[in-house]
Amino acid sequence: MDARGKREPAVMKDRTTVERKSERELVVTRTFDGPARIVFEAWTRPELLKRWWAPKSTGVSLVSCEADVRVGGRYRFEFGHAGSKPMVFFGRYLEVTPHSRLVWTNEESDDAATTTVTFEEKDGKTVLVLHELYPSREALDGALSGMEGGMPEQFAQLDELLVTLGASGGRS
Amino acid sequence: MVQYRQARFDASFAALSDATRRGVLEQLGGADASITDLADKFHMTLTGMKKHVGVLEQAGLVVTEKVGRVRTCKLGKRRLEEEAAWIERYHRLWSARFDELDTVVEELKRKEKIDGRKRKA
Repeated sequence: MDARGKREPAVMKDRTTVERKSERELVVTRTFDGPARIVFEAWTRPELLKRWWAPKSTGVSLVSCEADVRVGGRYRFEFGHAGSKPMVFFGRYLEVTPHSRLVWTNEESDDAATTTVTFEEKDGKTVLVLHELYPSREALDGALSGMEGGMPEQFAQLDELLVTLGASGGRS
Repeated sequence: MVQYRQARFDASFAALSDATRRGVLEQLGGADASITDLADKFHMTLTGMKKHVGVLEQAGLVVTEKVGRVRTCKLGKRRLEEEAAWIERYHRLWSARFDELDTVVEELKRKEKIDGRKRKA
């Protein structure tokens, strides 16, 4: 969010929406100006994933990004941040349906979500829905409240990443 | 401190897990209302609505004040501030990622076009 966007609410300007759909679910949606096969490709080829998964504005970089995108295949993303331990996210792909659907586990913690991403093409654009299903209400509440204290390490790291992102976003 | 926060969050999310209570918060976001108003609006008995308001009040999402015979409800200060702040950060992360992804998509589209042209040539 730059100076230009400061006066208007982020929602107006932003095409990404986030919603807590239920006590166990978070949903992120966004439309991309391109066909589903291209958007899908950007999620499934590690060398492409690497280019957007750790946005420059976060100040972190992907040290390594391995993704064997097929059913049962594993992924492992390692983020680096100046002066701190690398953070590692890993899991396994449960479903891989070309150009339309990806499902993977997040195994860095017992309370981590299962992520489903769907790609739906309409008039050359792709509606992407990312759905995170947590094992319990407590797990999602923990993920949400984790930012404040008593958090699993993963969330501390995510917090750090987000703070950096917030700082560089120029928001008050 | 951490446990206190955790307890507050648990109360908030329990309060928010119910559609009527979310509706009440939305309603109160527009204007203060009495419990009677709310009961009418949500087609519910006074007792039923009192219970919902009680849960919201305990979570610090709503405050009530009795003036004469009417109990007026308004949004608690803390309201959804904390959850909203988290969602906002999470939103910012995905938003930043997707902006980068836009660039990748644009590039792949261009590449496809060029390759297409080459193939034709």
